[in-house]
Amino acid sequence: MLYRTAGQFKTSYAADHALFPVRQDAWLLGVIMVLAWVVFPLAASDFTFQALLIPVLIYSLAALGLNILTGYAGQLSLGTGAFMGVGAYACYKIMTIFPGLNLAVAIGLSGFFSAAVGVAFGLPSLRIKGFYLAIATLAAQFFLVWLFEKWSWLYNDSASGAIQVPNLSMFGLGVAGPTATSITQYYFVLAVVSLVTIAAINITRGRIGRMWKAVRDMDIAAELVGINLMKAKLSAFAVSSYIVGVAGALFVFLWRGAAEPNLFDIPLSFRVLFIAIIGGLGSVLGNYLGAILIVALPVILNIVPEALGIPVSSSVVEHLNVMTIGGLIIMFLIVEPHGLARFWAMIREKMIIWPFPH
Amino acid sequence: MEFLHSILVKPFADMIGAPDFLLQVLWEGLVSGVLYALIALGFVLIYKSSRIFNFAQGIMVVFAALSLVGLHEKGVPAWLAVPLTLVIMLGLAIAIERVVLRPLVNQPDIILFMATIGITLFLIGFGELIFGGENKVMITEQLGIPTGSFAFEPFGGFVSIEQKDLTAVIGAVLLVAGLLLFLNKSSMGRAIRALGDDHQAALSVGISLSMIWVVVWFIAGVIALATGIVWGARADVSFALEVIAYKALPVLMLGGLESVLGAIVGGLAIGLLEKLFEIYWGQPLLGGNTETWFAFVFALVILLFRPQGLFGEKIIERV
Repeated sequence: MLYRTAGQFKTSYAADHALFPVRQDAWLLGVIMVLAWVVFPLAASDFTFQALLIPVLIYSLAALGLNILTGYAGQLSLGTGAFMGVGAYACYKIMTIFPGLNLAVAIGLSGFFSAAVGVAFGLPSLRIKGFYLAIATLAAQFFLVWLFEKWSWLYNDSASGAIQVPNLSMFGLGVAGPTATSITQYYFVLAVVSLVTIAAINITRGRIGRMWKAVRDMDIAAELVGINLMKAKLSAFAVSSYIVGVAGALFVFLWRGAAEPNLFDIPLSFRVLFIAIIGGLGSVLGNYLGAILIVALPVILNIVPEALGIPVSSSVVEHLNVMTIGGLIIMFLIVEPHGLARFWAMIREKMIIWPFPH
Repeated sequence: MEFLHSILVKPFADMIGAPDFLLQVLWEGLVSGVLYALIALGFVLIYKSSRIFNFAQGIMVVFAALSLVGLHEKGVPAWLAVPLTLVIMLGLAIAIERVVLRPLVNQPDIILFMATIGITLFLIGFGELIFGGENKVMITEQLGIPTGSFAFEPFGGFVSIEQKDLTAVIGAVLLVAGLLLFLNKSSMGRAIRALGDDHQAALSVGISLSMIWVVVWFIAGVIALATGIVWGARADVSFALEVIAYKALPVLMLGGLESVLGAIVGGLAIGLLEKLFEIYWGQPLLGGNTETWFAFVFALVILLFRPQGLFGEKIIERV
């Protein structure tokens, strides 16, 4: 009833291709926007910002980048963590060389570095396919993390081998470093994520996105109908790595505050991959749903035993956490291999035809 | 010029200058190569029979080794702990088939791959919960594995060969021989290979898919136990062992995902080359620790010329 589409007539092609052909979708998005821009910042505590809101946004951005490569262009990648690292280290070096630069500009630029690295490691995809390619992306993962550790120029020869985010401000407000407040960081991340999401939606439903989908569904057939495979695959690697790199820069500058090379190791890659797969490959919405689930789950698992008064040691909680995430992944794959985004699509469909069964 | 000399000439001069050290390096490389080959073999078996890229093979190694040590700590004698661990691995194989694989039959490859990552996480959490996260010492002596070492003196130098490494190599050779015999001569082995060639055809002549899957996962578990014992004897048993599973991946790329021979040749090649590279190029020129990525980059370069690996089945695509 809420989602009745009766009476919403399309009288032009432009209306048919609109971003929200169903009016209620736009309304729903409006409500979510109000929640994200007004309600959450007013209501959230510092803990909520640092443990839930900011990580959800950053992880969903990284998953969006991976999803463009894996979900839209069909190239499985296990090197996301390292590409996030490239973005973070590039941003760090840019801020060291040009200390007066606006952080937003630096983050935007650092994406280009990870895009370049992504394209370089994407070149084998022209010859290698499927699991062989997935393992090949692991080459990027291990090589880059090794490089972060050994190339001391990257972390300004600091003794700890870690990068430390300095105090940075924009328009007189501290956005990064120890003195920044959570709320400005949240707004900064939210603004970046919103911008990238709008861009991603429009890229994926436009000409380039259709080209990627054709390559994903069958690359030889795509080539036969005149799609340039090299252009399609490498552009997917470039766009994907750009977004992942921006997410990596945000990850360190706006959330973690400091980073060691092993932060970008393979568990990070897998976490982003889980988010993309549980959320739903080939969808933009799914990344947000997946990130909410994966980020919120450990927090909930920590709170529940305490609330129920069951005494559980923190190491047991840690192990149970890992176990539960593993179990949940299997469960989700069995129940709905197409992810949470498909769940939402089914619910929406039901709401449109409600109260009729068909 | 100086630089080229340090890359192209000096390492080889070092090799010829100290042949005994070179032999020692080669032996070390061979032993780790045998272990990589064993893990890769577990992957290949499962991939051949079910087209599942089993990421959990590495954690199965850890889990098997931990079960063995854990049982021994509980007071079970070593000779009984080994069969009991095998029973645990059988239980694990049945559980994985029932709970994870059966509902996921016919899903795309990436979904099954993700499911095995799910299994990996689950086993990590489960294993740490039961056995604790701290390092454990392998019960090498209780299992009757000799721990001494032989010393040779070729070319006037000195080469030391640990007896447990020798045992590992011999054990691995026997295991592989037994496995090949099983795959090629027994009716069960023929069924496994049939399933690998064509699922539907194999099902239509009455081969039970779920039974074969249990068998294959159990064999992978046996290989995991063997690998776990051998690796555990060289270093402590801990979840850090899981990283060696990543080492098996470039071996698979190099050898081809479906080839038993490829897994063996690839494993040995990677073990030898990564050790040589680390000692003669990595440590002097690149700051060491190149073993984490060398195998991947090497396999990647080979793959650019042969996209299906050295021994993989030729990829024929139809539209």
